[in-house]
This record gives sequence, C-alpha cells and structure tokens, in this order.
Amino acid sequence: MKAGMLIRSLAGALALALVASPALAATIEVTIDKLVFTPANIQAKVGDTIEWVNKDAFAHTATVKGGWEVMIPPKSKRRITLKKVEAVDYFCRFHPNMKGHLDVAP
Amino acid sequence: MIDVEAAKLAIEKSKTKEVVDFANDMVRDHEAVNVQALDLVKKLKVTPEDNATSQALSKAAEAERAKLAKLEGAAFDKAYVANEVAYHKQVNGALETLLIPSAENAGLKSLLETGLKIFQGHQQHAEHVAGMLK
Repeated sequence: MKAGMLIRSLAGALALALVASPALAATIEVTIDKLVFTPANIQAKVGDTIEWVNKDAFAHTATVKGGWEVMIPPKSKRRITLKKVEAVDYFCRFHPNMKGHLDVAP
Repeated sequence: MIDVEAAKLAIEKSKTKEVVDFANDMVRDHEAVNVQALDLVKKLKVTPEDNATSQALSKAAEAERAKLAKLEGAAFDKAYVANEVAYHKQVNGALETLLIPSAENAGLKSLLETGLKIFQGHQQHAEHVAGMLK
C-alpha cells in the first residue's frame, strides 16, 4: 500500500518534470582560451543562452558572416539568447583563424 | 613595437574605415602581447637581447615605415595593408621555424605559441582587408 503510494507520487513528479522540461532553457558556456573556442561545435535549442567566457588578454568577437556579432572584451563574458532556428559558422573578426559552429534546433 | 608605430601612422593618415579599424585592432593586440611579454621578462628575471632575427625584422620595418610616411590616400592604404600581410608572414615564419622550436622555458614557449596564433589571425585579417581594397 505504502509502496504503491510512493510509486504513484514518483510517477506524478516524473510526469510534472517531463511536462515542465521543454520550458527550461539551458545556458551553454563556450570558453575562449589562447584563441580557441571550446567547444567548437554547439548544439542548442531556441531559447537557450550561449555564454562566451573570454580568458584571453585580447578582445575577440563571435561573428556570423552577414549575420550577428557578439563582441567579447578581454577577460569578460558575453551572452546571447537564441531566438531562431539556424545552423551557422562563426569566427572572430579580429582573428579569423578562430572558428566555431552553432546549430540551433526548434 | 614597430608594428604598433606603423598602425599609428595608418590611424593618422588613412581615410578608409576598414584600414583604420584594422590598425586600431593591431595597436590593441600588439600592446596586449607586449604587456604579456614584459610580465614574463619580469617573472623570469631575464634581459631581452637583440639578435639577428629581431634586428632584421626591425630594420625592414623601419625602412617600410619611412616609405609609408611618404604615401597618401589609396596608395598609402594599399602599401600599409600589403606590408602588414608581409610583416606578419615574416614574423610567423620566424616563430614557427626558429623561435618556438628553440624556446626552452615553458612560459616563453607558451607565450610564443599564443603569439603565433594571434599573428596568424592578423595575417588573415590583413589579407581580408587587402581583398576589400582591390
């Protein structure tokens, strides 16, 4: 009897978690250290936030050719919230040898 | 240091936004590299010495700066950016084949390796600006 109630309430909590989860947006951290974006490839969803953490003493950007740009000053963090579905390559405008890729799913 | 002076000349003389932006990027990054190099020199308690490579680079850069000082307008832009491509190519060659392989101190090696990535970035950036000027 007791075990049955426990299972029921666990199932209830689980159902609630499943229903609630689509609304929970994730924050994905991308580290910039010695001119490297890590991870280089990001899989994200609309509503997620990307946060770039620049550990270098140099200013960098995350720039999509013909698209958006995020300026990330030395030793600082910058974030954007993803608003649309897209698959884009991005690079640093100051150091075009720095490359990353972003996939945004619905 | 010499590269910073050429950039300052470009900021003063050029009327092209891309060229001035590029020159500002050069000043900012090269000064940041210099700060890191001076910190390392202090930490290691060493005195930097001139050598054949640094002397050749300085001499070539000084000659180039004198040439640039006499140019104006589009001729200046073209010569400055072409020189930036050539200068970074030369520095990257020296870093790859000579300076990094012969660095024994881990801190110095790491700084040179970061410098190489920065300057490879500058070379690509300069090549991009050169392409826009055509």
